Amino acid sequence: MQLTGAQAMVKCLEAEGVKVIFGYPGAAICPFYDALTDSSIRHILVRQEQNAGHAASGYARITRRPAVCVATSGPGALNLLTAVATAYVDSVPLVVITGQVARSLIGKDVFQEADVTGAAEPFVKHSYLIKDIKDLPRVFKEAFYIAGTGRQGPVLIDVPVDVQNERFSFSYPDSVNIRGYKPTVKGHAGQIKKVAQAITEAQRPLIVAGGGLFATEARYRLVELAERCEIPVVTTMMGIGGIPTEHPLYYGMLGMHGKQVANRATQEADLLFVIGARLGDRAVSNPALLEGRLRVVHIDIDPAEIGKNMEANIPLVGDANVILGQLLEQVPECTHSAWRNMLDRRRAEYRPQLRQFDGCINPKLFLERLSELADPDAVVVADVGQNQIWTANHFKIREGRFLTTGGMGTMGYSLGAGIGAKLAEPERQVITVGGDGSFQMQMMELATMCQHQVPLKMVIMSNLRLGMVYELQKNNFAGNYSGVFLDGSPDIPKLAGAYGIPAERIHSMDQADAAIGRLLKADTPYLLECIVNQDESSL
Amino acid sequence: MKYTISTLVENHAGVLSRIAGLFSRRGFNIDSLAVGVTEDPTVSRITIVVDGDDYMVEQVEKQLNKLIDVIKLKSFSAEELVRRELAMVKIGTKASERGDLLSLSKIMGGKICDLSNETMTIELSAESERLEEYLELLRPYGIRELVRTGTIALQKGNVSFG
Repeated sequence: MQLTGAQAMVKCLEAEGVKVIFGYPGAAICPFYDALTDSSIRHILVRQEQNAGHAASGYARITRRPAVCVATSGPGALNLLTAVATAYVDSVPLVVITGQVARSLIGKDVFQEADVTGAAEPFVKHSYLIKDIKDLPRVFKEAFYIAGTGRQGPVLIDVPVDVQNERFSFSYPDSVNIRGYKPTVKGHAGQIKKVAQAITEAQRPLIVAGGGLFATEARYRLVELAERCEIPVVTTMMGIGGIPTEHPLYYGMLGMHGKQVANRATQEADLLFVIGARLGDRAVSNPALLEGRLRVVHIDIDPAEIGKNMEANIPLVGDANVILGQLLEQVPECTHSAWRNMLDRRRAEYRPQLRQFDGCINPKLFLERLSELADPDAVVVADVGQNQIWTANHFKIREGRFLTTGGMGTMGYSLGAGIGAKLAEPERQVITVGGDGSFQMQMMELATMCQHQVPLKMVIMSNLRLGMVYELQKNNFAGNYSGVFLDGSPDIPKLAGAYGIPAERIHSMDQADAAIGRLLKADTPYLLECIVNQDESSL
Repeated sequence: MKYTISTLVENHAGVLSRIAGLFSRRGFNIDSLAVGVTEDPTVSRITIVVDGDDYMVEQVEKQLNKLIDVIKLKSFSAEELVRRELAMVKIGTKASERGDLLSLSKIMGGKICDLSNETMTIELSAESERLEEYLELLRPYGIRELVRTGTIALQKGNVSFG
């Protein structure tokens, strides 16, 4: 079939089953946009390229398959990079397509030229600059394969505009063979046996589950294992929702902003069963304190994560779901009642006192209430800042998902990711939670949800300041507040009104239930601003 | 301790910058690095010498393995390998010193590859530690310029890697 490079790009996406892409056009990607109109692929025009990346991330995390974002050369591609890096640290599969200046002009600093494969190198799983059109079909095939297998992540394809215009004979390959890339899926049988034995021998085992659970929906098997062997579970921020929040064996998020009972459990356990987590500094601040005092089973699909932050006694490389399946074939029923009862007692004793400020919404109680009234399978997307910690610790996940930027902590993530998640499963409730700071980094995306009818449910926690930095300056810098006040911010509900988005503001918990009801019932985008007190703490 | 990491990679543009970027990003120190095509023209071999502890070498290996362009790699200690490093040394010479230098060069297994009325360029090939010793012996004569390739190495004996 004789096609142009641009037509071939569209055919490649169709062959990969792509239904929706997120992007922003420009001169160097124009041939692709031209060819796109002949396809049934839906293009979502965002209002800034970074949000195309976040939207693709939200879409990919719900579908668990690589999602596509597109930008033009130079500034368009560079705007995408923050989102690419965000997806990279959280292992989200993306295929990132960027236009590039014509091959003959590369390296001459021409208009809208940037070395994008070079700039993106630290944040991509792999990247390609297509210099020969004959490589194009293979590159697309490989990109989807690499992004979606092993430890998932973004793959970038930079396509010079003259390659998009060149004609060639197109055929899409059926298979991939990359000699340097053979990810391990199944766990080593000998190691599986050792892990099974370690679980039965342990007196105080503890499961630490991370975001790796969601790449292949390993969460159901994880719960089965926890229940069969009566093993308490804690999660990292990325692992939230790996087990329902109210499951009796769940003791909360660990780490700097986690639950005390979860952190103490990691110190007292005699076996840590770490699965799909890299144990970054926010999860375990000082792994050296734990090493040697307990046995560590570390299960990860990326061998480089094992032993990087914490020494592992029993390393096990493979896909979490497959490995849990192998373990479930071997591990007999067992109990750890004394350990569990001790944690239960501690959890019951530790009841944080929630301070109630007059004329304000208590964000923690509000989010608890919101999660009780939302659909059981609702997706909640938290932005970054205090709103992220409040949502992580107080929004109860049942069958739903908790999406956030765990590794990079990128403010301005939630609306893009929310749009992507909603388009991935239009029937599912998608709620975003952000602050008035992060909202102003991404409020241009209100137009995107109007243009493409994406009925996102937005909650904004407003305190006219960058709450988390304010709190840090209050506690660690003797209250020397610097650069944290958001004076000059717009009236957010009125701003939403300018887009035709229904919106309201509430000040009191008495108003919460009714307002949540309206938010959840809306079949258009809906914005609910909650006024919170400046001294509300993250924890 | 020094480790030599032999790395087989795809022979195409951008691979070396990925590897160099990885080392600087992760804070790994490279003692030397040498690249060249192998018996298979689609494959290049990169020989990297790093100085570090077991933890670091394990991390280097694992992170390198994550690069899609890396086909295979293995780290070796010095005893497992035959190792060579090539150097060219340009020395300022008076006519009266030439005889001395010639005989020194002969002992070192060197070759005179350029000669002028003021300079002599000696080509030396040896294990890098031995090369250091040779250079110390040449230093008193006045080294004007020195260029070294970095270590290349192959496993000893019947085994082959690749």
